[in-house]
Amino acid sequence: MSTDVATTAVPPQPAASARATVRSARMEGWRRRAPLLPALVFAILVTQIPFLVTLWYSLNSWNLVRPGSERFVGLSNYADVFADRVFRQAALNTVVITAGCVIVAMLLGIALALLLDRRFIGRSVVRTLIITPFLIMPVASALIWGTMMFDPLFGLVNFVLTPFGGGEYDWTSSAPLVSVIIALVWQWTPFMTLLVLAGLQSQGRDVLEAAQVDGAGAGRTFRSITLPHLRRYIELGVLLGAIYVVNTFDQIYIMTQGGPGTASSNLPFYIYQRAFLGFDVGQAAAMGVVVVIGTIVVATLALRLLFRSFAQED
Amino acid sequence: MATVDAVVGPRRRSAGLLTVLTWIIGIVFFFPVLWMVITAFKREADAYTDPPSLIFTPTLEQFRALFDAGAWPYFLNSLFATTVSTLLVLALAVPAAYALAIRPVKKTQDVLFFFISTKMLPVVAVIVPIYVIAGRIGALDNVWTLIVLYTAMNLPIAVWMMRSFLQEIPAEVLEAAAMDGATLRQTLVRVLLPMVAPGLAATALICVIFSWNEFFFSVNLTASQAATVPLFLVGFMTSEGLYWAQLSAAATLASLPVVIAGWVAQKQLVRGLSMGAIK
Repeated sequence: MSTDVATTAVPPQPAASARATVRSARMEGWRRRAPLLPALVFAILVTQIPFLVTLWYSLNSWNLVRPGSERFVGLSNYADVFADRVFRQAALNTVVITAGCVIVAMLLGIALALLLDRRFIGRSVVRTLIITPFLIMPVASALIWGTMMFDPLFGLVNFVLTPFGGGEYDWTSSAPLVSVIIALVWQWTPFMTLLVLAGLQSQGRDVLEAAQVDGAGAGRTFRSITLPHLRRYIELGVLLGAIYVVNTFDQIYIMTQGGPGTASSNLPFYIYQRAFLGFDVGQAAAMGVVVVIGTIVVATLALRLLFRSFAQED
Repeated sequence: MATVDAVVGPRRRSAGLLTVLTWIIGIVFFFPVLWMVITAFKREADAYTDPPSLIFTPTLEQFRALFDAGAWPYFLNSLFATTVSTLLVLALAVPAAYALAIRPVKKTQDVLFFFISTKMLPVVAVIVPIYVIAGRIGALDNVWTLIVLYTAMNLPIAVWMMRSFLQEIPAEVLEAAAMDGATLRQTLVRVLLPMVAPGLAATALICVIFSWNEFFFSVNLTASQAATVPLFLVGFMTSEGLYWAQLSAAATLASLPVVIAGWVAQKQLVRGLSMGAIK
């Protein structure tokens, strides 16, 4: 902007100033880049270098409790990982937990957003109540669900279900995945609600009124106008939610410890067990690399979407 | 007119029903939180009753017991790690976002792509080397290790958010400042800063939420010295069984700062959670 004005305003002079222009252009380039560098260098140091080290570890056999056991083994850790039944189960559980949580939370989120997108008494109070589960510390929420909600004897969930024939059902041992997903849905529904609500409120009132004038009913209007408009908000919520939920650790650590057995172990929890309870650095690293490759697929989709959202705004 | 009334009648009634339904859902949704707060004011004996009871004599004894049980160091560690990492994130992210939004560099898209891809890197993929390296340089159980990691964790979100806020500033404003002979420093402090203050607040809020609530790094990299609030809560998972009232008091206290911050800044929350994509 102002710099363009400055460079073009320089009267054209021969050789010496041409070199000066080149130099000032280069300096200008650095001036533009300089503010970016600290953040960039920091991010590379703290995230990329450890990942490279993970790659290296994954090619080694190394147990932390046996000093000097480190030796290069090539891809054999990867072969072990894929042959590991528990790893495959943890991978499947990760998919079930992520998909289950994100889909249910999104459906609930859409319903709640539609209810909140009306004028009524105490609307901001109800919205505040609904966003609160997202703000509760996840460790606290996992403890509350694991104990006071799901306890077979004194838990609120069984108490509420008593009239419907619920007995002393032991949620976290008999249905560990469902219990974890319920706690996660409770935490993530507000996130989805807020995103969808923002989408609903960005809708042009005139379009909706036009539809009404044209005689479209509420259901029709929702299907052909609101839903297409909401699409990018829903996609954004699903993908951002998935990125966070894939990494779920707190709820599993606290509510089920991955159990009974390994029934509710997901990848982050299983890798944690292998690294910090089994001290098997090589295998844990190889699993980490596999998770990253899996995440890249989802992440690529998410990034495209984010860029599209920004492109529409710009 | 008669037909209009006929339409409005049932519509108003169904609107009333929807309002009641919304309120009921809101309360059901909030109930676990409410139950946690209620239980925090019970004596342990009142916490385990079948059926669960709402009639009891409220007491502050659980909160008092928390501080006797040594809650302070955990809260101070969390406060320190959250505050310092949030300030560091802003110090790194604001200049970067400025470079990406106001004076875009050639590869802006690539840089943005890089930042966000670091956010998508699962933490389990880096925890092993971080643990080993921190062990070698003697940085285990050190609150500064958490600060560095929380800064890296929140930096991408902050860069994206601040960029989206900075982009909203019309170019004319900066041009006008340049015309009036303002230096870069003056432009930044006097012109830009007041305009992006709400954006800074929103970004800080998101960083505070994520670092205050963070558990994975804390549980793996700290022990007695640098442990944060989530670890204090986990301490209640003992083999002798749980003390629900005590646990509820701790969980209430641990969640309170973020809950209040989130309630106050609901608008900014949406924008932060979508990394600035939704306004």
